[in-house]
Amino acid sequence: MANRLHLTRRRLLQGAATTILATPMLNRAWAQEPTQINMLAWYGHAEPDIVAEFEAANNVKFVPKYYAGGDNMLALISQSPPGTYDLILSDAEFVQQLNAAGYIEEMDPSLYPFDDFFPEFQKFPGHWTEDKLWSVMVRYGLLGVSYNTDALTKEEAMSYNCFWNPKVTGKVGHFDWHLPSLGQISLLNGNKPPFDIDAAAWAAVQEKTLSLKPQVGGYFDYGGTFSSLKNGEMLAMVGIGDWITGVLEKDGAKVASVIPEEGGIQWTESYSIGVGTNKHEIINKFINYMLSAEGQVKSIQMAAYPGLSPNKAGWAAIQAANPAEAARSGLVEGAENDPIKLLREGRIFFRDTPKQQNLEDWNDFWSDYKSA
Amino acid sequence: MMRKFDPYPHVWRLPLLLWQGAFFVVPLVFMAALSFWLVKNYRMEPAFAFDNWERMLGRGAFWDAYWLTLLRACMAGVIASLIAFPASLFLAFHLTPQGRRFALLCLIVPFFTSFLVRAYAWQVILAESGPVNAVLGGLGLGPYTMLNSGFGAMVGYMTLVLPLVVIFQTWSLAAIEKSLIEAAANLGASPVRTLVSVIIPAAKTGLVLGAVFAFIMTFGDFVSPFYLGGSKPPTLTILIIDTTKSGQQWPRAAVVAIVMILTLFAVATAALKAAYGRRG
Repeated sequence: MANRLHLTRRRLLQGAATTILATPMLNRAWAQEPTQINMLAWYGHAEPDIVAEFEAANNVKFVPKYYAGGDNMLALISQSPPGTYDLILSDAEFVQQLNAAGYIEEMDPSLYPFDDFFPEFQKFPGHWTEDKLWSVMVRYGLLGVSYNTDALTKEEAMSYNCFWNPKVTGKVGHFDWHLPSLGQISLLNGNKPPFDIDAAAWAAVQEKTLSLKPQVGGYFDYGGTFSSLKNGEMLAMVGIGDWITGVLEKDGAKVASVIPEEGGIQWTESYSIGVGTNKHEIINKFINYMLSAEGQVKSIQMAAYPGLSPNKAGWAAIQAANPAEAARSGLVEGAENDPIKLLREGRIFFRDTPKQQNLEDWNDFWSDYKSA
Repeated sequence: MMRKFDPYPHVWRLPLLLWQGAFFVVPLVFMAALSFWLVKNYRMEPAFAFDNWERMLGRGAFWDAYWLTLLRACMAGVIASLIAFPASLFLAFHLTPQGRRFALLCLIVPFFTSFLVRAYAWQVILAESGPVNAVLGGLGLGPYTMLNSGFGAMVGYMTLVLPLVVIFQTWSLAAIEKSLIEAAANLGASPVRTLVSVIIPAAKTGLVLGAVFAFIMTFGDFVSPFYLGGSKPPTLTILIIDTTKSGQQWPRAAVVAIVMILTLFAVATAALKAAYGRRG
């Protein structure tokens, strides 16, 4: 019969080959596709050193959209339809703007280990409206004077006045974002808190900032800040801290950061849940993972830029896992650079948006300053 | 008697017109409209207000950036033309057609790599601890600050435009009828006189177009002033970035962009008139 199946050696080999070639596709179809989590964050937060283990353990895949600066973050999210981002890492001072614009969901405080947080961070300003929680702090860092240790001594760097030191004329760089630089000049002028200043104090900050212009060698983005400090083009940098020099120190660069006598500014990063997401369970699991000892050790040593831990579990874990890094970053109770001690001494101020001026006014002045 | 409508040439023109309409005219009109919109709470809202124009054109920082950008672009056009000209003369008159084709290919090769990567390479080369200062140091000179300065930005501009200017000039010079040069020599003209009175006028179109392309590319370049000039002081492209970074102010950035486009139109029109216009 014509239709009768003849199993010849050739057909057997063809069949075997087809089966072998098709097997991976069958496997792929049977396996569950990883859940995709769209994250809006500063660079580094969805890189393998942070999320790879969580991804593997939970069959998820983070898809990041990175930004640089809170304004940039708000611009990106405002251009995207609701539900674009499941998880939003924001600077603390922008959380209420995210909330006001309806970009983030209210969070359930009982789901997160706030009891383990240092008291100063349990009800962090800007993360709450009365008893409603909008964001959970995962890490922070301090901004002060960052300097080349061959050019300035630590004693010299202990005041923002070192930026006017003739030894660094033409070699003072700015991280190109108005908030940290102007906040530091405001601290130098004695304004505490530095972002809540009246018209006269704001005018004085502008005048003082303009007097720094002859010292300035350039304005840099994230990559430019790294390279200009590393290759010695800039010998002191306004508006940054250990989040830049910590990475360079590990590479052997002769740079350091200190919190000067006038005080330092704290940057704070926190996770919010994007409106429109349907992945609450896995997102909450990830936030708790990042707040765990394991997650905090990763966060403290993040390859892109280091951060500090807001909870006691993180401090204990880094002291056990990497005592040298714990000592370097001050995550040892009572250390000279212990951030909680500095905070309690009143030397640290949370970075904020201007309280008595428009953000636009500060930015316009920044543009004027750059072209002055 | 009415001529019969012939659709044939129009059909061939249509793709270009559609392309230009869809990807040039429509975005341009949208950008012009955008410049009148307002931003509230980081959201753009359609409006017809002159606030953005008044705010941007009324700021000293804008005009400082405008004149700086214009000056640097003019300088880049002139410097690139002067540096390129001897090389172009050599390529046009002293190489065989085969050698010239190979040289022109070599000039195109830099465009195979990202300009940003080349700018980063210059950062290493021009750094105070870089090879240029190392050589100068060996001669007892320096170190000199070349990065994060106008000089650094100009090095970036030349990296961007010089190959293109050489190509324009070479094509133009190579097309000159050789008998004209021989006639000038036979009539007793010196090499300099031949260059000024015969070669340059005959190659005028390519020379002007080369300079104008250098102007256009540097006028709109962001990489050189930012990564090699240290944003110090900012050009219009950096002002656009600053403006958009601050509170989603795309409408104000659109004002800057429109002023840039108008300037480029004016310069390009004047240059084309100079390139193709008849002499006296």
